[in-house]
Amino acid sequence: MAEASPRLPRGFLAGLRGRVGATGLPWVSGTMLLLVVVAALFGEAIAPHDPNGFNLAAAFKPPAWQEGGSLAYLLGTDNLGRDVLSRIIAGARVSLIVAAYAIVFSGVIGALIGMISGYFGGRVDAVIMRLVDIQMSIPSLALALMIAAVLSPSLSTVVIVIAITYWTWYARIVRGEILSLKERDYVALAKVAGCGTATIFHRHLLPNVMNTLLVLATLQVGQVIIFEASLSFLGLGIQSPEVSWGLMLADARNYITKAWWTITLPGVAIMLTCLSSNLVGDWLRDTFDPKRRQL
Amino acid sequence: MLGYIAKRGVHGLVSIVGASMLIFAISRLSGDPVLLMLPPEAPQSLVDETRRHMGLDQPLWMQYLIFAGKALTGDFGNSYRWQMPALDLVLDRLPATIQLAVAALLFSMALAIPFGVLSAVHRGTWIDNFGKGFAMLGQAMPNFWVGLLLILVFAIHLEWLPPFGHGTPAHLVMPAIALGWYPVAAQTRIIRSSMLDVLDSDYIRMGRAVGAPDWVLIWKYAFRNAAIPLVTMLGVYFAAMLGGAFVVEVIFAWPGLGRTVVEAVFSRDFPVVQAGVLFTSILFVLSNLLVDLSYGVIDPRIRRDG
Repeated sequence: MAEASPRLPRGFLAGLRGRVGATGLPWVSGTMLLLVVVAALFGEAIAPHDPNGFNLAAAFKPPAWQEGGSLAYLLGTDNLGRDVLSRIIAGARVSLIVAAYAIVFSGVIGALIGMISGYFGGRVDAVIMRLVDIQMSIPSLALALMIAAVLSPSLSTVVIVIAITYWTWYARIVRGEILSLKERDYVALAKVAGCGTATIFHRHLLPNVMNTLLVLATLQVGQVIIFEASLSFLGLGIQSPEVSWGLMLADARNYITKAWWTITLPGVAIMLTCLSSNLVGDWLRDTFDPKRRQL
Repeated sequence: MLGYIAKRGVHGLVSIVGASMLIFAISRLSGDPVLLMLPPEAPQSLVDETRRHMGLDQPLWMQYLIFAGKALTGDFGNSYRWQMPALDLVLDRLPATIQLAVAALLFSMALAIPFGVLSAVHRGTWIDNFGKGFAMLGQAMPNFWVGLLLILVFAIHLEWLPPFGHGTPAHLVMPAIALGWYPVAAQTRIIRSSMLDVLDSDYIRMGRAVGAPDWVLIWKYAFRNAAIPLVTMLGVYFAAMLGGAFVVEVIFAWPGLGRTVVEAVFSRDFPVVQAGVLFTSILFVLSNLLVDLSYGVIDPRIRRDG
């Protein structure tokens, strides 16, 4: 590397530039993640077929490399003759949309509540932390099932359910960080200088928890995608004609003896997406937060 | 120590009461249960009568108090679908879920302990990397997909195991693997890092200096201490298994609490949903409470700070 990496990265991008290249892993997983993003953004243009276009004459075509497969359906077709590859590409969009909205909502709500809890302390903190405890005492999937049953299942319901489920995660971690940050001299000085609470939050606390938030958000992508897939698989998430990887697996489950590719391939898409976002998240954490680096 | 236990106990109780409120509130949001129970052509007078009979004409907080009071005596109402007390149904299904969760936990530890120990002993070698890769893979696979793959390979192609159902030990194998796969990663990490700490300590170096064989040092002296963090976390993992059981039980038609709740959600059988989710939460809180208490026993500083 031409320049020595600074001990304390001054900004997120500066830190990234200084440290990329240490190992090949972030490049591989980053590229994979990029592929998923491209599939999500330009899916309609890339997909060889209409993801919902069924053609019963072409039902249960195996992938191209197997006997009876054809290049027209590279990854085969499902019970209604829908192209598996096109559906996986379409599913990338739903997975990423859900992940993006859910993470932004839960991150913003959780970070704000965590900052309030940590900064004000005392009774406010006690009440908020009890609320967090209460919510965390209900298994998240059970809570999600109940909420999904009350609201009618749809993409926005899934986002709401996941945001409600995950805000506690951000709240706890941000609170912990704020507890130590608020003891710093610059916060005390800002208070003495007459800064309002909003200014202290915005100017002095938020920038210091931003790296943690970004790392948490990246690490959460995989969990959210699995959560969405689980809900959709149970029939309480994304609904047809919308395409989701979990929904594809739910459809395929009935034909498990007949078409192995409809059971395996959507799962491989979930696995690769989660794997690469987890690897990128781990790498970001190691880069920005050496304290939490695992041995 | 007593003060610490009492404080943790009160927190646990608050969590359970809060959870019961939340569960009650969510199920009431879904609309009028009377309309679900009665046929659509039922006359208005019957609807009103049923509503009064069920206490649904009372204000919401009053309804909650009635619900909580009855719940304390074990009365969660009758299942709309099964026409039997919801509590009986839940208690009937609970053992199967606990059986599955324990089996899954045993499976995950059976993998995590050797992986963690060997990764620490052979730090930086291919063994370490293999353990890491395996763990990362586990965290990227949804448990229901692992279950489907297991069915595909071991039930359909190899025909070694029954694809679903309950009763014999063979029925337990695949659900336990599907459920126990996920926590392997976290458990391996815990074992590995605490093992690294212990291997670096004086008494191990001393043992090495006097010429004790490696396997005695590793398994007899180092591992016993390194296992403590994992033991204290068992409650957390047990709770996580309960949560994960919801989907896995559906796939394997496992007659446990998770599948019962999922089915009840679909048929809007709210007494069963309420009782089922509340019982899962109570188990959840109890296992976390055990974790807190075991920390307190092991590390006296936590007791003081409470």
